[in-house]
Amino acid sequence: MAEKKSLGYEFSKGIIKENPVLRLVLGTCPTLATSVSVTNSIGMGIAATLVLMCSNVVISLLRKVIPSKIRIPAYIVVIASFVTIVQMLVKAFVPALNDALGVYLPLIVVNCIILGRAEAFAGKNSVPASFLDGLGMGIGFTVALVIMATIRETIGSGTFMDGISSLTAVVAPNATWNGFHFWETPVAILTMAPGGFLVFGFVMAAANKLAESKGKPAAQLNGCQGCPMAHSCAIANTEASCDAKAKEEEKEASES
Amino acid sequence: MINGKKLFVSASPHVRSKSTTQSIMLDVIIAMIPALISSVVFFGIRALLVTLVSVVACVFFEWAVRKFILKKSNTVADLSAVVTGMLLAFNLPSSIPFWMVIVGDLFAIVIVKQCFGGIGQNFVNPAIAGRIFMLLSFSDAMSKWPLPGQGIAEFDAATGATPLVSLAKNEALPSFADMVIGNRGGSLGETCIIALVIGGIYLVARKVIKPTIPLAFIGTVAVVMLIAGKGDLEYAAYQLLSGGLFLGAIFMATDYTTSPLTSKGKVIFGIGCGLFTCLIRLFGSLPEGVSYSIILMNVLCPLIERATTPKPFGTPKKEKKAKEEAKA
Repeated sequence: MAEKKSLGYEFSKGIIKENPVLRLVLGTCPTLATSVSVTNSIGMGIAATLVLMCSNVVISLLRKVIPSKIRIPAYIVVIASFVTIVQMLVKAFVPALNDALGVYLPLIVVNCIILGRAEAFAGKNSVPASFLDGLGMGIGFTVALVIMATIRETIGSGTFMDGISSLTAVVAPNATWNGFHFWETPVAILTMAPGGFLVFGFVMAAANKLAESKGKPAAQLNGCQGCPMAHSCAIANTEASCDAKAKEEEKEASES
Repeated sequence: MINGKKLFVSASPHVRSKSTTQSIMLDVIIAMIPALISSVVFFGIRALLVTLVSVVACVFFEWAVRKFILKKSNTVADLSAVVTGMLLAFNLPSSIPFWMVIVGDLFAIVIVKQCFGGIGQNFVNPAIAGRIFMLLSFSDAMSKWPLPGQGIAEFDAATGATPLVSLAKNEALPSFADMVIGNRGGSLGETCIIALVIGGIYLVARKVIKPTIPLAFIGTVAVVMLIAGKGDLEYAAYQLLSGGLFLGAIFMATDYTTSPLTSKGKVIFGIGCGLFTCLIRLFGSLPEGVSYSIILMNVLCPLIERATTPKPFGTPKKEKKAKEEAKA
């Protein structure tokens, strides 16, 4: 956070360079659960982006007022208010999406992308930067969801954008196009939980391969980098920290 | 090695054996031939076609993945892909569309086997993983079991329940003789018990497998089913002979990579497989539990091995050691 980055960078970094799902490995649970169909994932992505932008702005506004000891509860109160609003809107205008997303819509409250961005970014950056960061991260989340959903839906259900009319009805009530249906005997396992993990693994591998070809390190599941708690973590930068552990593991791997 | 006159001093291994991965896999293939012949006899030429498609697809995927994607030395010659292809085909109904077989092979070889490092590294048996993948994906096609003797034509018209389903629903069952010979509905390779046992005996005689796992597996199912049937011998016998129990116990639970090395571990592994099979058959919503039970025990295999590691000769017992340490 030391150097000042341009606002354009704050916006664009979330889409590919620091994609929350594929590079920061955040928000895995909603990703696996809602990437069953493209329609669901677009809906989920928009809902999460709205909450992320609003909460980032409010948290950034309040960042000098919120005492650091109780910042997490304070963040959750802010996020929960926006999630409640979004959920009411979805229930009123897109009830089909509300049924499809089920518990994952209210669960945006504890979505670690939103908490993570509040903690790592909005809590210490200006309002415009936080807004753009939220928008970029939200779009990145949506893009990752749609990539996974495209694979899972086309192969797993034999459809593409099935039920999209429930979403388009918000802007164009007369639209009747309801997605492609092209396959009668799909590989149904991809719509189930194991298929979700499988596709996630392959998309992640592809993202790592892409990063590698540009000379970037692979996404790490352990280590302090990318962990939103790094700056306040009690064991960060000590011998017991996740980074030290990861380094040890790497050392062992290279020795053996 | 002592070569007539000279004594060579060399690094280990000093005890050499002629058996290679290739020769072991060839033995397994030979052991599966009787079951293959019986499947052709009962389910017609399509049984052979399904097996051939599966083998060719497995070998091709193994070769292609290692050559083009992983860019590693090729392991096609060790015949393990052929075994996987045959085993997977043995787990399928003869009416299955060929493209589904190929998708199952793709999953078994590319994802389960090669993604985890190829032969010797797979964490579960690829053939069973492929079968479960297909069962979850194509549940319709995977639960249509053609009855024997219906020839090549009209597959859809000739499907019926397997004895396990009939057993669960208290419907009429095939005779005992038919069950043993294999003249019943079921997947390709599982029906002919005699052929499977012949293959098993061949493998044990060639020292490819030890009989521990199959005996523990089948024995556990026999005991539990006797108890569950309140001593009804006929019920227990039908439970033993139906489903893929013999195929699973002899050919799939004994896979080297995914079963424990130690004898004690093998017993635990076999009993575990048997218990899970019985639990799924008796209380689960699925009629058959052999493949799920084997895959569950596959995953537990490293833990079983760790728990049953034999003590090196001469090391003191744990309690004594602990007491001595406490004293000192």
